[in-house]
Amino acid sequence: MKLVRLRDASRPRIALTLEGAPIEALQGDTLLTALLAADAGHLRNSEFGDGPRAGFCLMAACQDCWVVVEGLGRVRACATLAEDGMEVRRG
Amino acid sequence: MKVAVVGAGPAGVRAVERLVAAGLSPVWMDEAPDGGGRIYQRPPAPLARDARTLYGFEAKRATAIHDTLDALKPRTDWRPETLVWHIRAGAKQMQALHRGAQQRIDFDAAILCTGAMDRVIPVPGWTLPGVTTLGAAQIALKAQGCGIGRRVVFLGTGPLLVLVAYQYAKAGAEVAAVLDTTPFATKARAAPGLLLGGATFAKGLYYTAWLKRHGIPMVEGITPLAIEGDAQGVTGVRWRDARGREQHTACDAAGMGWGLKPEAQLADLAGVPFRHDAVQANWVPVRDDAGRTPVPGIYLAGDGAGIGGAEVAELAGARAALALLQDAGHRIDPIDTVTLDRRLAGLARFRAALERAFPFPAHLARSLPDDAILCRCEGLRAGELRAAARAEAATGPAPEMNRAKAFTRVGMGRCQGRVCGAAAAEILAAELGRPVPRIGRLRGQPPVKPIPIVAGAAP
Repeated sequence: MKLVRLRDASRPRIALTLEGAPIEALQGDTLLTALLAADAGHLRNSEFGDGPRAGFCLMAACQDCWVVVEGLGRVRACATLAEDGMEVRRG
Repeated sequence: MKVAVVGAGPAGVRAVERLVAAGLSPVWMDEAPDGGGRIYQRPPAPLARDARTLYGFEAKRATAIHDTLDALKPRTDWRPETLVWHIRAGAKQMQALHRGAQQRIDFDAAILCTGAMDRVIPVPGWTLPGVTTLGAAQIALKAQGCGIGRRVVFLGTGPLLVLVAYQYAKAGAEVAAVLDTTPFATKARAAPGLLLGGATFAKGLYYTAWLKRHGIPMVEGITPLAIEGDAQGVTGVRWRDARGREQHTACDAAGMGWGLKPEAQLADLAGVPFRHDAVQANWVPVRDDAGRTPVPGIYLAGDGAGIGGAEVAELAGARAALALLQDAGHRIDPIDTVTLDRRLAGLARFRAALERAFPFPAHLARSLPDDAILCRCEGLRAGELRAAARAEAATGPAPEMNRAKAFTRVGMGRCQGRVCGAAAAEILAAELGRPVPRIGRLRGQPPVKPIPIVAGAAP
């Protein structure tokens, strides 16, 4: 899944990492936006082996966008603002 | 008197406005970092579009809600980023989580304005990255300036379907198709009632006409067959048209939804009974027209108390606050309550027509193929629920949703059946040959959303 930036795209840049690889994002992005507007493609893999997941409801209800942030633990990517320097792992 | 209000969407804002006007300073909590709810969600700084771009025809209403919200914050115990995850009505106590820290909130009375989420019918392939709810597609654009893909199919039914498609097309995304599962004839039959909606109805017509004028394919009465994809995500949607011909639309994302369902878990934990509303095809918490529940001290307003939309939510929030104040011995202007009641009754008639225009297509849920994922949290397939239902029916006493959950894990996962619950009930009902109201509903469990295990209840 690739989010496409359509509006409000001229914002200060921030840098984070996903599994150690650099991700460039914009200030004001949620983690979900930061990762999926870059080339992460997905956020986690289903525990039941049915494939990758990348969130579904974007309103903090479905819990399908869990990722792990160093120092914060498990968070919902749709409800967590991305911050410069965040180290993220797939959930 | 200690009053707690959960939620700062249109209902919560108007409820708190009345409480503050009566001299109270409630504890006011919202899980999000800001108020406004989902409909009037403000993007985080430094996103900076104006209200007209963000909210379209609703800009005036959105701005009014935001202005009131901001004025009320310093006059209340305003607590954003606070997830209320349990409520005990007898003990008059809530448990909440704020940035990893537990809070206990004691109250004499509470107004729950917990909102709604998309009602979803699973489609084969719906767990692929690139498939979201309609609400999610809208939030991505509104709060983040992003489209869920470059070329998007919108699938489902209801007012949100054409609205989101219109917003995407306006923002420069390619809308590959708007696939409406409701046949034209169903909507046409409801048209006289829809006229009661006046401006709301007119806006819907405007979006539809705009989309058609811009050459966006809009098809009614379709049956979704599958969302197809590969390792990269969605590649297309397969569907059947009203004449039975199979069609394929290439796309890299799909947004889908069939109306809304109340987020009523806290009302459930508070002990409010539920009834099955046949017009809405939703389980809704029992309350009177003013928002009073059978549980003393618990009041409900907004979509969390039954789907009514944002305009209703504002009125219902104000009305519930007046009911609370009246019950607490405050003097209330009777003209005020009569006016609110009359406006609410008028809007309820329009809402009923809207539900008839876009009825929940239970048959689509019931015909989900056996090998399709039904419960996305637990990776449970439709056939597994059907098999368990058949085995159960042969032996045990009357099976219902919570038994089915125990046997199959349907709705037991991280979302607690928010997403799959409606479809699972239809599948179980069909398999057992019973109506949905007799299948029951998944009971709420604390915490209403997952919280870290280290975060135990506050003393």
